[in-house]
Amino acid sequence: MSQISQSHIRNFCIVAHIDHGKSTLADRIIEKTGLLTSREMQDQVLDNMDLERERGITIKAQAVRTVYKAQDGDEYILNLIDTPGHVDFNYEVSRALAACDGAILVVDAAQGIEAQTLANVYLALDHNLDVFPVINKIDLPSARPDWVKNEIEDVIGLEAQDAPLISAKNGVGIEDVLEAIVHKIPAPGGKAENPLQALIFDSFYDSYKGVIVFCRVMEGRVAKGTKIKMLATGAVFETVEVGYFGAGQLIPCDELSAGMVGYLTASIKNVKDTTVGDTVTDADRPCASPLPGYKKVQPMVYCGLYPADGAKYPDLRDALEKLQLNDASLFYEPETSIALGFGFRCGFLGLLHLEIIQERLEREYNLDLVTTAPGVVYKVYKTNGEVIELTNPSNLPDPSEIAYMEEPIVNAEIMVTTEFIGSIMELCQERRGRYISMEYVEETRAVLKYELPLNEIIYDFFDALKSRSRGYASFDYDLKGYEKSELVKLDILINKEEVDALSFIVHKESAYERGRRMCEKLKDEIPRHLFEIPIQAAVGGKVIARETVKAMRKDVLAKCYGGDITRKKKLLEKQKEGKKRMRQIGNVEIPQKAFMAVLKLDNE
Amino acid sequence: MKTLGVYIHIPFCVRKCVYCDFLSAPAAEETQKKYVAALKREIEQNAPFYRDYTVETIFFGGGTPSILKAERIKGILNVLKVHYNIAKTAEITLEANPKTTDYEKLCALKIAGINRLSIGLQSADDRELKILGRIHTYKDFLQTYGDARAAGFGNINVDLISALPSQTLESWINTLEKAVSLTPPPEHISAYSLIVEEGTPLYEHLEQFPPIPDEETERQMYYETKRILERHGYERYEISNYAKQGCESRHNRIYWQRGISHTHDYVGFGLGASSTVGNSRWKNTSDMSSYLNGANIKEDQQTLSENDLMEEFVFLGLRMTAGISAAEFHRTFQKNIEDIYREPIEKWTSQGLLARDGDIIRLTDKGLDFSNTVFADFIL
Repeated sequence: MSQISQSHIRNFCIVAHIDHGKSTLADRIIEKTGLLTSREMQDQVLDNMDLERERGITIKAQAVRTVYKAQDGDEYILNLIDTPGHVDFNYEVSRALAACDGAILVVDAAQGIEAQTLANVYLALDHNLDVFPVINKIDLPSARPDWVKNEIEDVIGLEAQDAPLISAKNGVGIEDVLEAIVHKIPAPGGKAENPLQALIFDSFYDSYKGVIVFCRVMEGRVAKGTKIKMLATGAVFETVEVGYFGAGQLIPCDELSAGMVGYLTASIKNVKDTTVGDTVTDADRPCASPLPGYKKVQPMVYCGLYPADGAKYPDLRDALEKLQLNDASLFYEPETSIALGFGFRCGFLGLLHLEIIQERLEREYNLDLVTTAPGVVYKVYKTNGEVIELTNPSNLPDPSEIAYMEEPIVNAEIMVTTEFIGSIMELCQERRGRYISMEYVEETRAVLKYELPLNEIIYDFFDALKSRSRGYASFDYDLKGYEKSELVKLDILINKEEVDALSFIVHKESAYERGRRMCEKLKDEIPRHLFEIPIQAAVGGKVIARETVKAMRKDVLAKCYGGDITRKKKLLEKQKEGKKRMRQIGNVEIPQKAFMAVLKLDNE
Repeated sequence: MKTLGVYIHIPFCVRKCVYCDFLSAPAAEETQKKYVAALKREIEQNAPFYRDYTVETIFFGGGTPSILKAERIKGILNVLKVHYNIAKTAEITLEANPKTTDYEKLCALKIAGINRLSIGLQSADDRELKILGRIHTYKDFLQTYGDARAAGFGNINVDLISALPSQTLESWINTLEKAVSLTPPPEHISAYSLIVEEGTPLYEHLEQFPPIPDEETERQMYYETKRILERHGYERYEISNYAKQGCESRHNRIYWQRGISHTHDYVGFGLGASSTVGNSRWKNTSDMSSYLNGANIKEDQQTLSENDLMEEFVFLGLRMTAGISAAEFHRTFQKNIEDIYREPIEKWTSQGLLARDGDIIRLTDKGLDFSNTVFADFIL
């Protein structure tokens, strides 16, 4: 197999809008090329993590190598690199694309082009990939492949008349796709004699082998014993093993040379040494320059993560350390909260990333977490000329020291059918959006462009978008930059005590509304105590909203269950267990989920 | 000799009330007969375990035990008398519901040895009784009560429930007033606040019932209960139980005071009955055919740890208004109660839910209202 020449290698990825069938097509390709029999196939082979499978999304880039005997009688090595579909993971997508020479664009035969179809295609074209379209789900009664073909040609400008018409679900037309891969995607370039130049497109931590680096060799070769150097970090290692990707397993081989996609291990202990996007070269014979495109990923969303049980702080620290080994984009640093004790301020690529990390911590590490309101990074310009990047609202300086503040703004593209344009525009206005343009991609559909403050979309924008368009709108964004904004810190006082973990930064205009809803929400979440508890929202010491949790009137088991004490005791044990999950603030016990209340301030 | 309380469960009734989550159902005469036979067998078979005990109390609970023919009750009591040491002064209670007894039956029960009746009135308002699915009216109750007195019962409890669907403060006060005005007035009154238990028709179809009084009204009812009953010479000795002096239910006390003196064991016979003897606890099967079959009817056997016993000492003992004794705690566990429970005792004493009078720790009036909040802190 190692004898296969560079001309018989195809490195490609599949790009699509979420739900258009990218992962299913990947499964069929793997199945069809004989790497696995149908019986061995667990649905969606490439989505490794339980979470990915449950949510039906791809979080981490994955790769697999298959062998295809084409109609011309030759065997081709197909390296399929799966890419995450969600905007949060755009950076990973772009790295995965850089490892490919071509891309298959999957378009749903019923829905046609969506926002992420466009975003991903442009991303692929930016990387000079040869893109060919495939029209999927032709088995749907509402499928209209000819119409979609025209749309692809009109909107994207890709030749689509001979696009394979397939049903990945039913395994129809897969052969056509494989032939198209062989004929439409170019063989990789590069020369094995040149100095080593390989792009890291993913990595993960294995407790036996250390970091496993996924890379695409652009130039040169790497084998066991090669002394390698990471250009961005300067770290040097000795290669222990190289190989390629079977389905769900790593298969060692002698060497990886120009044009090949595979992995290498080098007893690397820290994922941070192998940043995605970095270039690997030969330490003894380095390449002249790094491959283009490396950039350090900046977290977009921050929040505090605290163990529900304060004693579990070391466990949380260990868990974060381990997660970071597999996810270099996760950022964390210790912080303390008066209300919550010791915890971590964590940075994420987006809200989905946050949710995934939170769920993995709870599921894989069995931790009970309290999460504080997510926020974005604000720039605070102080009167003394200092600039602070604010990730924790509690660190906001005194208003008298602040000259002005800036918040991150994104360019948002929303694709929507015409009947919902009105309500989506309304939503964008409510979220302080600035209208940029509207283009009709066809008679019934338009792309709306808005500039939106990031802090308006990190909570529930996506849900609101879906509910106001009956699920038809799709959405994509990228960071535009920072803009000056009238921002205030909203504080929450419970029983007259300020709870730092509940503070958040909000635009002045939305402060009252948010404060009011926050108080209402907390009123429902905080159980009644023996005394009355006022809940107040305040800006700069001035109370702008108030609710009251009435005092509890009784907590007594009147009935006597004869001698059945077990039942009575279970009740008391449950009650005690409930108390354990509370946070004591002053005299008030606040349940964990109250700290999440801010996430659920939607309009409905 | 250690003392034993015996509970005998009779899982039969004429018709199930909408709020009832006890193990009880209407049953054919034949089932009742078989059940009583199985019950007698269980009582007899277990007698060897209780040779060192004196039975101080016997309690027939249900269900509606008074549904059984008097000779069946008598038969059960006879088995007990033959195989167990029954104290001469034993308190022997039978739960009775109106319309299931008459004067003759009550006389027969009295002769058989029953010396205390617990009559389920629940409400003196016929409309409320009907909503609850009770089979009797207030007048039916008066008949039973009169028959019981005529038959010579000198120790009677009346069960009442407040916070019923459609009940008003006035109607509850009326129920209380009527109960204390009976001649002669009952020696004991149990006044519970309705709990809508999961699985009952009331719970499942709550929206089809008239509204349950709001919390404010419910609390007023509760305070009126104490006020009216105390004015008529009843003393509240437990969260929901009131008695004329010296007429507290000795059987209930065994449950609640178990911690206070570990010589107070209780054994339950019959379907689903619970027992606690020494540091072991179990429950009988709740499945009628298994019970009638008779083999391996004990379930959920557990051995109580010292922590379990200490917890129960506190949360059962504190239900009694007399409270618990620190010295008794020490005698029982050879440990100072402060060493185990300093934090909750101090917390709740300072917040006025517990009171400390020297050796005695008890719930205050306010504490009785929030007893679960307090008890939860005593779970180790």
